[in-house]
Amino acid sequence: MIAWLANPRTGGLLVLAAIIAVLPLALPNNFYFDVAVRAGLNAIVCVGLNLLIGYAGQISLGHAGFLGLGAYASAVLTAHYGWNPYAAMGVGAIAVGVLAFAVGRPILRLRGHYLAMATLGLGIIISIAANTEDDYTGGPDGMTVPPLTVFGTELYGERIWYWIVGALVVVSVWLALNLVASPVGRALRSVHGSEVAAEVSGVDTARYKVLVFVISAVFASVAGSLGAHYGGFITPVDVGFIKSIELVTMVVLGGMASTYGAVVGAAILTALPQVLTWLQDYEHLAFGLILMLVMIFMPRGLIPSLGSAFRHLFIDRPETQST
Amino acid sequence: MFAEFLQFLFTGITVGATYALVAMGFSIIYNASHVINFAQGEFVMLGGMGTVYLLAAGLPLPVAIIIAVAMTVVVGMLLEKLAIEPARNASVVTLIIITIGASIFLRGVAQVVMDKEFHAMPAFTGEDPIVIGGAAILPQSLWVIGGGVMMVLALWFFFERMKMGKAMLATAYNPLAARLVGINTKMVLLLSFGLAAFLGSVGGILIAPMSATYYEVGIMLGLKGFCAAILGGLGRGWGAVAGGLIVGIAESMGAGYISSEYKDAIAFILILLVLFFMPSGLFGTRGTERV
Repeated sequence: MIAWLANPRTGGLLVLAAIIAVLPLALPNNFYFDVAVRAGLNAIVCVGLNLLIGYAGQISLGHAGFLGLGAYASAVLTAHYGWNPYAAMGVGAIAVGVLAFAVGRPILRLRGHYLAMATLGLGIIISIAANTEDDYTGGPDGMTVPPLTVFGTELYGERIWYWIVGALVVVSVWLALNLVASPVGRALRSVHGSEVAAEVSGVDTARYKVLVFVISAVFASVAGSLGAHYGGFITPVDVGFIKSIELVTMVVLGGMASTYGAVVGAAILTALPQVLTWLQDYEHLAFGLILMLVMIFMPRGLIPSLGSAFRHLFIDRPETQST
Repeated sequence: MFAEFLQFLFTGITVGATYALVAMGFSIIYNASHVINFAQGEFVMLGGMGTVYLLAAGLPLPVAIIIAVAMTVVVGMLLEKLAIEPARNASVVTLIIITIGASIFLRGVAQVVMDKEFHAMPAFTGEDPIVIGGAAILPQSLWVIGGGVMMVLALWFFFERMKMGKAMLATAYNPLAARLVGINTKMVLLLSFGLAAFLGSVGGILIAPMSATYYEVGIMLGLKGFCAAILGGLGRGWGAVAGGLIVGIAESMGAGYISSEYKDAIAFILILLVLFFMPSGLFGTRGTERV
């Protein structure tokens, strides 16, 4: 029983579901629900992105581009062509998956900063296209997106969306944890550890890197589609370079190679600007400062750093693999 | 027809000179620490905004420039000392996030201390264009190109002829061996941030009279400088110069002949094509793995 609870795949998931279920009691009004929904959407992207950054050790500075393609696919296909939103979301996700696959193979041959550059370039090109093709996207002013419907009922309001996104966060964490624990996950960790050693042991490193790149891109695309329907409005800024940086920051701040860390990072960095609004003009200054300080003093990110401190204090046994 | 081409070429070289200065900053810091400094663009912004601000305070242009550059160099060194140095043992991704935090922080400081408005800096020496072969060149263009050439030559002298420069190169090749022969690698790291800040701020000041400056001007300039650095093979001085000029010229030709709306995308399309077909940049050694 204890072992079952201590296992991150079961106990951790239960805790996460419980937190999501109980959190509404602490949220006083719709504004807080809105922040929670947006944190949840970011968390879905970050759980996927963490597979790439944390487990496969590959950095992407362009994931907002995939998010943007999903969002604009949903927006354009439903608003201009009257598509069913689920069909649009599916087509967007498939298109993003195919794009990530086509681009992934040449890009993922590149090491380190070249990969960062390539993904950054891809993301920026996508956001500039969203800015420029104003016949479809409304250009810099953005465009309205029709709401999502379930059995003919339109989904409006922060509270309904809170439960939808909350459930999807649990599902995406569950998917990610299972992937990490599977042979694919083992292969990914070996790629992170040493690519040469992985290849020598017979791991097709390029295939796994492309696979996880595609998975993380599809996570981003779906979250982008949902976010577009939820917000009812998107602009190119929502899917630009700064957003890509935000997503990477969430993963690293929460703790690389920690699926729960990605969720925590997303929650904190989505809420932080709201917390800092009273600082007004000093908001960005404070945000940058906090980011720097956390990374300087907890270079492995919040969850792994706090996790090992906790173990050290209460359990006092050698550190094990964090998940 | 030819005049038009010449015009685009001059514009491209002018902008490219700025990108080259930014790219050299990326390369110098990368060589010293393997960190991509995402606050590089903010050095450019601080140079331009600082000068505009000091000019408005009534200082003469040369004094304003010197103070703005000195201030940016101090900021660069402080960034290294207070944020990079304490996290020395962290992973490279963590260090990159720290520089991203620094860039957000510096933009935040600039918008509080200065403002969020667009500013035009007066040209150093007049606005009357010089006509060459039917193309009009602003005197400021000559300042940018001349300034860029001066910086490159000074850097060449520094790295080839001066002891400190050689120590930096040695550290780039092999930090451990450099320490073993008595090079103060911490000093090298500090100096690399100072030097990168110097190059960035000079670039920012030179280009400011030609394109308005504001607190977010560093984002795009920084990213395109990064493009240029990668294009030339990250960590290579001459590669950074060539990369900067290629990005600048491609951008200006692309904007002129193909689409001005996609002007900002051209640098990135170029880099993607290069990375697909020549994965280590134009002049880099092989950095790919076989797949």
